[in-house]
Amino acid sequence: MDFPLLTVTAAVPAAGAVLTAAVPAARRTAAKWLALLFSLATLALAGLVAARFDPGGERYQLTESHAWIADFGVRYELGVDGIGVALIGLTALLVPFVIAAGWKDADPLETRSPRWRPTQGFFALILLVEAMVIISFEATDVFLFYIFFEAMLIPMYFLIGGFGDRAHAGTDEKAAAQRSYAAVKFLLYNLAGGLIMLAAVIGLYVVAGNFSLQEITAARAAGTLDMATNTERLLFLGFFFAFAVKAPLWPLHTWLPNAMGEATAPVAVLITAVVDKVGTFAMLRFCLGLFPEASKWATPVVLVLALVSIVYGALLAVGQRDIKRLIAYASISHFGFIILGIFAMTSQGQSGATLYMVNHGLSTAALMLVAGFLISRRGSRLIADYGGVQKVAPVLAGTFLIGGLATLSLPGLAPFVSEFLVLVGTFSRYPVAGIVATLGIVLAALYTLVLYQRTMTGPVKEEVRRMPDLRPRELLVVAPLIALLIGLGVYPKPLTEIVNPAVEHTMSDVKQKDPKPEVAVGSENGEAGQ
Amino acid sequence: MENLIALLVAAPLLGAAVLLCGGRRLDRAGHWLGTLLAAASFGIGAALFADMLGRGADDRTMRQHLYSWIPVEGFQADIAFQLDQLSMTFVLLISGVGTLIHVYSIGYMEHDERRRRFFGYLNLFLAAMLLLVLADNYLLLYVGWEGVGLASYLLIGFWQHKPSAATAAKKAFLVNRVGDMGLSIAIMLMFTTFGTFAFRPVLASAGETSEGMLTAIGLMLLLAACGKSAQVPLQSWLGDAMEGPTPVSALIHAATMVTAGVYLIVRSGAIFNGAPDAQLVTAIVGAVTLLFGAVVGCAKDDIKKALAGSTMSQIGYMVLAAGLGPIGYVFAIMHLVTHGFFKAGLFLGAGSVMHGMNDEVDMRKYGGLRRYMPVTFVTFGLGYLAIIGFPGLSGFFSKDRIIEAAFAKGGTEGWILGSVALLGAAITAFYMTRVMLMTFFGEKRWQPAPDADAAADVEPSAGHRPGEMPHPHESPKSMTVPMIVLAFGSVFAGGFFAIGDRFLNWLEPVTGYEHGHPPVSALTVTLATMAVLAVGVAIAWAMYGRRPVPVTAPRGSLLTRAARRDLLQDDFNHVVLVRGGEHLTRSLVYVDHSLVDGVVNGTAASVGGLSGRLRKLQNGYARSYAVSMFGGTAILIAATLLMRAV
Repeated sequence: MDFPLLTVTAAVPAAGAVLTAAVPAARRTAAKWLALLFSLATLALAGLVAARFDPGGERYQLTESHAWIADFGVRYELGVDGIGVALIGLTALLVPFVIAAGWKDADPLETRSPRWRPTQGFFALILLVEAMVIISFEATDVFLFYIFFEAMLIPMYFLIGGFGDRAHAGTDEKAAAQRSYAAVKFLLYNLAGGLIMLAAVIGLYVVAGNFSLQEITAARAAGTLDMATNTERLLFLGFFFAFAVKAPLWPLHTWLPNAMGEATAPVAVLITAVVDKVGTFAMLRFCLGLFPEASKWATPVVLVLALVSIVYGALLAVGQRDIKRLIAYASISHFGFIILGIFAMTSQGQSGATLYMVNHGLSTAALMLVAGFLISRRGSRLIADYGGVQKVAPVLAGTFLIGGLATLSLPGLAPFVSEFLVLVGTFSRYPVAGIVATLGIVLAALYTLVLYQRTMTGPVKEEVRRMPDLRPRELLVVAPLIALLIGLGVYPKPLTEIVNPAVEHTMSDVKQKDPKPEVAVGSENGEAGQ
Repeated sequence: MENLIALLVAAPLLGAAVLLCGGRRLDRAGHWLGTLLAAASFGIGAALFADMLGRGADDRTMRQHLYSWIPVEGFQADIAFQLDQLSMTFVLLISGVGTLIHVYSIGYMEHDERRRRFFGYLNLFLAAMLLLVLADNYLLLYVGWEGVGLASYLLIGFWQHKPSAATAAKKAFLVNRVGDMGLSIAIMLMFTTFGTFAFRPVLASAGETSEGMLTAIGLMLLLAACGKSAQVPLQSWLGDAMEGPTPVSALIHAATMVTAGVYLIVRSGAIFNGAPDAQLVTAIVGAVTLLFGAVVGCAKDDIKKALAGSTMSQIGYMVLAAGLGPIGYVFAIMHLVTHGFFKAGLFLGAGSVMHGMNDEVDMRKYGGLRRYMPVTFVTFGLGYLAIIGFPGLSGFFSKDRIIEAAFAKGGTEGWILGSVALLGAAITAFYMTRVMLMTFFGEKRWQPAPDADAAADVEPSAGHRPGEMPHPHESPKSMTVPMIVLAFGSVFAGGFFAIGDRFLNWLEPVTGYEHGHPPVSALTVTLATMAVLAVGVAIAWAMYGRRPVPVTAPRGSLLTRAARRDLLQDDFNHVVLVRGGEHLTRSLVYVDHSLVDGVVNGTAASVGGLSGRLRKLQNGYARSYAVSMFGGTAILIAATLLMRAV
C-alpha cells in the first residue's frame, strides 16, 4: 500500500495538539516551540502533497479508501484535487504565522505563575483546528467531511471564548461576557447550519445509498442516479445553508464581526482566513458536484445574496469604529466575491474564486496580524484612539498599508488577480452582476484608506508617542506574507496551474461552458502568449 | 534591442525596492541611487529611440514577451511590452522629465529627514508610469495605471502628519478608483466581445463589433481617463493634490501621470474611431474641463493651485483633441509633450520661489521677485510665454494646431468646440499673466513666516524660523539646472516638432491622421488666437499690473468666489457623497445590529428557541453548553464506531 500522505498531513498537527497539551505547566515556552515545530512539519507535508500532485493527472489524487461503517456505506475516503491542494497549502502556511503572531497572547498576566496551563491549551487548540480543517479539505466521503466540518466548532469555540483580545474598553467582567456571547453566537449559528446539513446528509444517503462524493458525482454525470427535482433542491439547500453560515453569506454573517472582534488577532485570522474557507470550498466541491441542477436553479438568488454581501459588507466596514470589526466586515465583502465567482459558473469565475480563497487568506492575515500588533501596543481596538502612528512606527505603518492595499486588491498584488478573474468570470455570464460587483473596487479603497488615514497619519497622538516599531519576531511574521502577496500577484502561475484542471472538472459537473466572445479574434493573440 | 524594454521598467523598480526596504543605511546615498536609476532608464530609452529611428516607419514597433501572467482557461493575460512611436514618445518624456525632477529634488528635499523614502516613491512612480505606457494589453496597463495612482497617493500624502495632506491623498486615490471602475468594465467588455484585451487583436478587430459596443467601451475608457487626468466630473482631486511636495506636482500632477488618460484614449483610437458618440462626449468633456480649469485658475491665490487649474485646463485641450479622432490624436500628444516641458518648468519655478520665500504659497504675499531670483524669473517667464502660446514658443505650435483641429471637425460642433478652445486661450493668457505679475512684478508684499503652530502646516523644505521675514534668494544649482533645461524645451520643442511636420510624420503610423474640413484657413485661426491672447494679457495687466495687488483677497464677484471653491463641485461632493455616505453607513450599522441580527436570531428562535437559549447562555451557561455539545459529538463518534463493530 502507498504511504498515506493525506492522513499523515492531517495527523501530524493532531498529534502535535496532543503533545503540546501534555507539556507540563511550567514549560510554556517549550510548548510554544513544540507547536511551531509541528505546524512547520505540517507545512512541509503540505509542500510534499503539492509536489506529489500532478495537475495533469486524475481528478482526485493521493487517494486513500478504507471501509469504516459498512452498514451505512460510510468510508474513510480521502483525496485531493487542485483546489484542495491549494487550500491545504494555505492552511499549512498560515498556521505557523498564527502561532508565531500569537506567541504571547496566551501568556499568564503575572509572569511567574507556575500553574498556568492555558498557554498549552491555546496552541494545542490551534493545531487541532488545523488538523480538522485539513481533513475537511481532503475528505471525499460526505459523512466523513460532515463529522470534521462540525467537530472543528469545538476547538474554535474554546479559542474564541477562552482566549479573548486583551485590548478591551470595558471591565474584565464585561469583556468576558462579550467574549462568551461571541463564542456562543459562533457556535449556535454554525451548529444550526450543521444540524440542517445533517438532515440533508441523511437525505442524500437515502437517495444515493452511499456517501461517496466520487461515486455520486459519477452516477449523476452518467445519468444512473436520478433525483427528483424537489429532492435535489431540498438537499442542496440543506448543504448550502451550512456553508453559507460558515462562509459567511449575508444575512447569516452577523456572528463573524463578534467572533473576530473578541478573539485575539491570530485567532481571528484562523477564523476568517482558514476555517471560513471550508464553507466556500464545500460549496464548490459538494453543492456544485452533488447537486448541479439545483445549484443552477439557486444561482440567481445566490448571486444576489453575494452582491448584497459585497456592497453591504463594504459599507458596514466603512461605518465601523473598531479596527478588528472593520476587517471582519471587509472579509464579508470578500466572501461575497468568492461566492459570486463560484456561482457564476465560468472557468474564470471559479479559478478566480479559488485563487481568491488563497489570496484573501494571505491579505487578511497580513492586515489582521499587523492590526493585532498595533492593538497590543496601545491596548485599544478603537480607531479613534490612534493617530500619527507612521511617524513613530514607520515599519508597522508601512506593513499595515501593504496589507490594506492587498485588501483593496491593488493591481500587482495577489488579490487583484483573483478579484479581476471573479469580475470577468461573472461579467461574461451576468453583466449586471459584474458591474454591481465593481462597486466593491471603490468601497474597498474607501474603508481601507479611511482606516489607514485615521490610525496612521495626522498629528501624533500623545498615547502613541512612545509606541515601539515592529519587533524582529513580528517582522518575521509579516515579511513572508508580504513577499507572497507580491510574488503571487506578479507570478500566480504555480497556483493557477494546479487549480485550472479542478475547475474544468467542476465546470463539467455542472455541465456549463464558458460564454463565447462575440467576435472571434484570429490566432494572432494565441501565438503571442505561447 | 527588444530585450532592453523590460529594463526601462526594471531600473526604477529596483531603485524603489532598494530605497524603500534598505533602511537608514542608505540615507546618505539614496537620492543619488534613485537619480542614477532614473537616468539609466532615460539612457536605455534614448538607445531604443536611436534604434527605432534607424528603422523604416512601418517597422518600428518592438515587442518583448516575458511570460504568461494569469493563465486560466479562456483567459490570457501576459507580461508583455509593446514599444511603438507612441510609447516611445512617452518613455522619453517620462524618463527625461523624471530624471530632471530627481535632480531638482536632491536640492529641494535636502532638509527633509525622509528624503530617501521620497526618492523611493519617485522611482516607484517612474516604474509604474513606464509600465503603463509600455504594456501590450489593457490588464497590464491597469497595473501601471494603479501603480501610478499608488505612487501619487504616497507622494501627495508624503507629509502625512498634515491632516490636509493625508485627506488629499485619500481623496485622489478614491476619485481615481471611480475611474478605475470604468477601466475594469471596459476590460470586461473587451473580454466578452473579443475574448482578449491585448492591444493588437482588440484594436485590429474593433470594426467587427457593433457601434453600440464600441460606444460602451469608449465611454468606460473615458470614465477611466477622467479619473486619472482630472477631467470633469472627476477633476476634484487635482487641486488638493498640490499638498504634495512641489517636485511631485511638477512630475506627476502636471507632466506625466495626469496625461495618462490622454494616452489611454489615443491608444484606443481604433475603438473611439468606431464610436462617434463616445468621441463627441470625449470632446465635450475636454471642452468643459478646458473652461472649468481655466476659470478656477483665474481665482486661486495659491500659486500651485493656480497652476493646477491650468494643468486641468491644458489637459482639457488634449482630451478635446483626442475626442476629435484622427484629426486630433497627433496634436493631443504633441501638446502633451510640450505641456510636459513648460508645465513642469513652471512648477519647478514655483517650487524655487517657495524655497526662497519661507514656503509661502500665497501669490498675494509675493511681488517684485524678478530682481532677487533672476534664473527663476527667466525660466518661469519662458514657460509662461510658452503656455500662453506666444508666437514661436512651444505652446504656440501645439495649442494652435488643436484649435485648428477643433474647427476642422466641421459643422456646428466644430464651431462650438473651436470657439471654446479660443476662449480658453484667452483665459489662459489672463490667468498666467496674473500669476506672472503677482509673483515677479509690482511691490514687495512679503510677510513674516507664520508662527510655530501654523508652521507645522507648511512645507518643511527650507529650514526657516517662525516670524522671520523672507530673504528671497536664487535656488542652488541642482534646482536651477533642471529649470533651465526645461525652459529650453519650452522654447524650442514646439517649433522643432512642428517644422516639416516632424511630429506628425513620426506618430502618424500609429495614430493615423486626417486633415478634416477646416471652415477657415489656418492663418485665420492663428490670427484669431493671437488676438484673444492679446486681450487676455491686456485685461490681466489692467487688473494686476497697473494697480497694486491687495495682500488680502477682495471679496470678489459671485463667480470669483465660486471659482475659489472650485466652482462648488467640492461642496456638492461633500453634501451629497460624503454626508450622504456617512448617513447611509451609519444607518446600515444600526440596521445590521438591530434588524439583520435580530431577524436571523428571531427566526432561529421561532424554530428552535435559539434566542432564549442564547440569552441564557450569556449568563454563564456557555461552558456547560459547550461541554454538552462536545459530549454530543463524542457520542456521535462512539455510535458510528460501534456501528462499525456490529
